[in-house]
Amino acid sequence: MKFETLTSKTVVVPGENIDTDQIIPARYLKSISKDGLGEGLFRDWRYNADGTPKPDFPLNKPEAKGAQILVAGDNFGCGSSREHAPWALLQSGFRAVISTSFADIFKGNSLKNGLLPVIVPADAHAELLASPGAVVKVDLASQTVTLPSGRGVKFPIDSFAKQCLLDGVDELGYMLQQDQAIRAFEAKRVGSVNTLA
Amino acid sequence: MSARTIVEKIWDSHVVSQRAGAPALLYIDLHLCHEVTSPQAFTMLRERGLKVRRPDLTIATMDHSTPTTSRDLPVLDPIGAAQLDQMEKNCLDFGIRLYNRMSDHQGIVHVIGPEQGLTQPGMTIVCGDSHTATHGAFGALAFGIGTSQVGHVLATQCLLQTPSETYAIRVNGALKPGVGAKDIILTVIARIGIGGGTGCVFEYTGSAIRALSIEERMTVCNMSIEAGARAGLVAPDDTTYQYLAGREFAPGGKKGGADWDAALARWRQLPTDDDAVYAKELTLDAGELEPMVTFGTNPGMGIPVTGRIPDPASMSNPLERSDLVKALKYMDLEPGKPLAGHPVNVVFVGSCTNSRISDLRAAASVIKGRKVSPHVRMLVVPGSQQVKKQAEAEGLDKIFREAGADFREAGCSMCLAMNGDQLEPGEYSVSTSNRNFEGRQGKGGRTFLASPLTAAASAVMGVVTDVRTLL
Repeated sequence: MKFETLTSKTVVVPGENIDTDQIIPARYLKSISKDGLGEGLFRDWRYNADGTPKPDFPLNKPEAKGAQILVAGDNFGCGSSREHAPWALLQSGFRAVISTSFADIFKGNSLKNGLLPVIVPADAHAELLASPGAVVKVDLASQTVTLPSGRGVKFPIDSFAKQCLLDGVDELGYMLQQDQAIRAFEAKRVGSVNTLA
Repeated sequence: MSARTIVEKIWDSHVVSQRAGAPALLYIDLHLCHEVTSPQAFTMLRERGLKVRRPDLTIATMDHSTPTTSRDLPVLDPIGAAQLDQMEKNCLDFGIRLYNRMSDHQGIVHVIGPEQGLTQPGMTIVCGDSHTATHGAFGALAFGIGTSQVGHVLATQCLLQTPSETYAIRVNGALKPGVGAKDIILTVIARIGIGGGTGCVFEYTGSAIRALSIEERMTVCNMSIEAGARAGLVAPDDTTYQYLAGREFAPGGKKGGADWDAALARWRQLPTDDDAVYAKELTLDAGELEPMVTFGTNPGMGIPVTGRIPDPASMSNPLERSDLVKALKYMDLEPGKPLAGHPVNVVFVGSCTNSRISDLRAAASVIKGRKVSPHVRMLVVPGSQQVKKQAEAEGLDKIFREAGADFREAGCSMCLAMNGDQLEPGEYSVSTSNRNFEGRQGKGGRTFLASPLTAAASAVMGVVTDVRTLL
């Protein structure tokens, strides 16, 4: 999915090391499609045992409606490799997550789906944590986040992933173009297993 | 060429192409698939009219959604059953070998690869599962990927990757009785934190690692992701080769011969060169380690079983303090108290971390001649049908059953509670699995991670127990 710029209010879900089991519990992983995963987003933090929403959870507050940027604590998305986590965030309307760091697999999964993981320094992060609901602008081309105070901070992103997002293309097309190089490599491989033997 | 780590050697020998401004295209030697993280990837192949490039380098099993009750019974959960049916269809349509629910080789994806001899030194191995580093025990570069990447590997047998730094985890000396592989890795994670390995591949080394069996090395490598590492591995040695020799898919198969000798010659080139430089290093003294138990809601929140639950008031970093407060609230534990002696409702021996035959033997050695506490429900879930068969041949199933434990069919089971095996809200488990996240083992459930020895001792006593008191 293409990503260029995004201007949106934020929702803050505080806490460090939010793992993908919290983002979407395993019982939502039985689906064979990507549909309907949004209802599993932060399920056990959002809802009581009887299915009623917990009013104090940030995503349930009326002011969170329509927010496309999630602000969360350090090492966001650790744990399971489930790509259902970025799918659930996207299906709930989010296009960017801002934190001080992300777990490797979550970051890769997000980039492949057009959910932008934005890494900011601790002082910028503190400003965002302190101002939930504030409007923030994310510009991918210049790799800049404009904070509520108007200050712009740069964020890092892999240059290839950035280009894919700006162009709205996925990596597979690029990989399939390299068929000849893959063939050449395969011709030289030694000691392969054969699971079909 | 300059001195290289084993990670760099495997990387270098798998780069298909490296174009300016793009990550390397890395060739994948073995792709393991299971029913939970692959269906959307197969759908993508169908939508784009693509085939599986190398079904001969792909293997599939059913593990996450499979019931661990009798295989004679149907799968009762209709959504889980549909997922298993879809896996069957996907493998049939795309020509992939599948160990389905009724197969003698069915089991947890990270248990069956090694046991079939598919996992070999120097390979690149991926799976849509974060615990893929388990295969690193053989000196393979093995890592977890998302479903989009599962699709990439199915279609091209490659991944776009950037290299990781090598982080040496040295464990020297000898472990004391009652202390094992699980205690090593829980100590590492407690020491460097759950993000401490981000961007790195661990190479576990040192005399204590060399002394571990291949199954114990799998336990250590398995939890590399719990410290945030991309992967973790142990350079191959005679322990590795002895385990592999004669296995079904090992070079030369059951007979060995010239193919085996050629492979051995290649594998002996893999260990890190003497003067190679690591990006980071951590050294532990095995003799100082104790049985470990986690008290909190991530695998880094672990203490020796003789220790006390940390006090948030003693923490200087406010973010860490609030995380600890939140964890203790969820776990309903008091700071400053010992964890040993805390009541337990469920004991789970299983998961890709600790469900191999040596794990079952360890648990059985404690259980034998004793009874599971009447307050405890104990589940023993072998990692594969082959492990189950071996356990039965050794009479371990009888030991568990006579003690009052439940000995079940193979699968992931209560590690992630997708298949109906789960904790009730508020229950405490001692679990040999890998994650103690909130609700991981069932909504509202509370998990203490520990070794098979500690789990078995806790089952007998009905409370978190230092196994050394029973040895």
